[in-house]
Amino acid sequence: MDLIKIKNVEKKYKNGVTAIYDLNLSIEKGAFIFVIGGSGSGKSTLIKMLYREEKPTKGQIIVGGLNVAKLRNKKVYKLRRKLGIVFQDYRLLPKLTVYENVAFAMEVIGAKKNEIRINVLKALEEVGLKNKVHNYPDQLSGGEQQRVAIARAIVNNPKLLLCDEPTGNLDPEKSMEIMKVLDDINKTRGTTIIMATHDKDIVNAMKKQVITLKDGHLVNFKQKGTYDNEAV
Amino acid sequence: MIMKLFRMLGRSIRDAFKSVIRNFSLSLASISCITITLIIVAIAIIASFNVNNFTEEIEKDLTIVIFLENDVNEEEIADVRQELKKMSNVDKITFKSKQEVKEEMQSESEVFNTVLNEWEDDESPLKDTFQVKVKEIEQIKNTAEKIEKFDNVSVVRYGEGMVDQMISAFTSIKNVTYAVVIALILVTIFLIINTIKLTISARRREIGIMRLVGASNFTIKMPFIIEGMILGLLGSIIPVLFTTYGYLAFYRHFDGYLFSELIRLIQPEPFIYTTSLIIIGIGILVGMIGSASAVKKYLKI
Repeated sequence: MDLIKIKNVEKKYKNGVTAIYDLNLSIEKGAFIFVIGGSGSGKSTLIKMLYREEKPTKGQIIVGGLNVAKLRNKKVYKLRRKLGIVFQDYRLLPKLTVYENVAFAMEVIGAKKNEIRINVLKALEEVGLKNKVHNYPDQLSGGEQQRVAIARAIVNNPKLLLCDEPTGNLDPEKSMEIMKVLDDINKTRGTTIIMATHDKDIVNAMKKQVITLKDGHLVNFKQKGTYDNEAV
Repeated sequence: MIMKLFRMLGRSIRDAFKSVIRNFSLSLASISCITITLIIVAIAIIASFNVNNFTEEIEKDLTIVIFLENDVNEEEIADVRQELKKMSNVDKITFKSKQEVKEEMQSESEVFNTVLNEWEDDESPLKDTFQVKVKEIEQIKNTAEKIEKFDNVSVVRYGEGMVDQMISAFTSIKNVTYAVVIALILVTIFLIINTIKLTISARRREIGIMRLVGASNFTIKMPFIIEGMILGLLGSIIPVLFTTYGYLAFYRHFDGYLFSELIRLIQPEPFIYTTSLIIIGIGILVGMIGSASAVKKYLKI
């Protein structure tokens, strides 16, 4: 079963720059995929279109049965509830504790208090932060903050986890920790993970599926791929 | 589903209160503006309700008095009554004979009593009269002029001049107060828009994250709209106290009448309660309209 179907998608920004040319992709449920490419290759645009931050100018994007390209602004929340998103800059709320940051994602969709408690603690345990629930983000290291962001992204148990350069601000050691957490989530929860990155070492070490983009074109889509310097 | 809505509502109310306290100085500015507006609205409401009340009272008392010729007989009186009944603007007709008028006057004063007793019945200057109440007070002049042309009618009188002027003066006062109230409400809405705008920009990051984790637009907007309503509610506290105690004191001071017995004030109860409710309602509504338009303008999500 395909979780994501992308058909003839083109994205042209208002300033005239075309970020994606005629993209066709199918992504299976439970996959772990890297999207690689240099800057300006369109990998961030692809991720943004998947969570409907950007709309494609042409073509069709189906995510978990929702036609994202045609989704009206008012209905975007329906898509967002099906997926979790992790960014390079964590995007945590500084005035909330670790627990509250993760719980926030459940509170705003109206979950019950005890349900929130169970799920938040479970998610924080998965990312290995159960002993820091009462800390504030500025008391944590970058790697820990990113793990809080991951916990927040998975707490509603989404089918899809989108990561836009999640290790971009972290040193190699912390980056590998994050990758281990993501790999565990992919294996234990069966969450489909799509991660945009330009970190060669990570891609080569993980041996996952790799989508390579160059100047808005799909170069290749390989199983157990590596970071192909020439293609990028 | 309903439980979920209540949970979200509770969250929104909590956030709204937090935000009012966090942006205290601007909240206070909005609240003060609402307070001033609502006090003036309260005065306008009290004034216009009272004006309406006593113009109605005066209108109820307005009658056309028809004096018949001195030598009319029973038959001719019946004819006049018939004619009056045919007129569309005539509501109630009461007949008073010479004798009744005389008795009435005699009972009113000792001087009249002695003077009137000196005349024999057939040389009395008093006349038989009809008193007519009209349906449409604006048409009273027209009706009176028509009646004047009837046979056997000598003189027709109604409350010309003074009453008309009074009513038109009150109407213009009412219109001016309405204009002032509308202008003030607009200024207040503008101020609330600015308050909420500040709250929104202070919470941009939070709103962005809410969007990302799948909060619906309604959920995101609710706290801001509730914040506006809270500002409106807080702003109506002083005006409500003002209305309740102010009107009560005013009413007691003047013993229920203004200037003369003609202008009777509305009883404080339940008038002050309805007025207070209207004030609170306007306060909340103004707060809501202000924040809703701010949310619409500055929260393009």
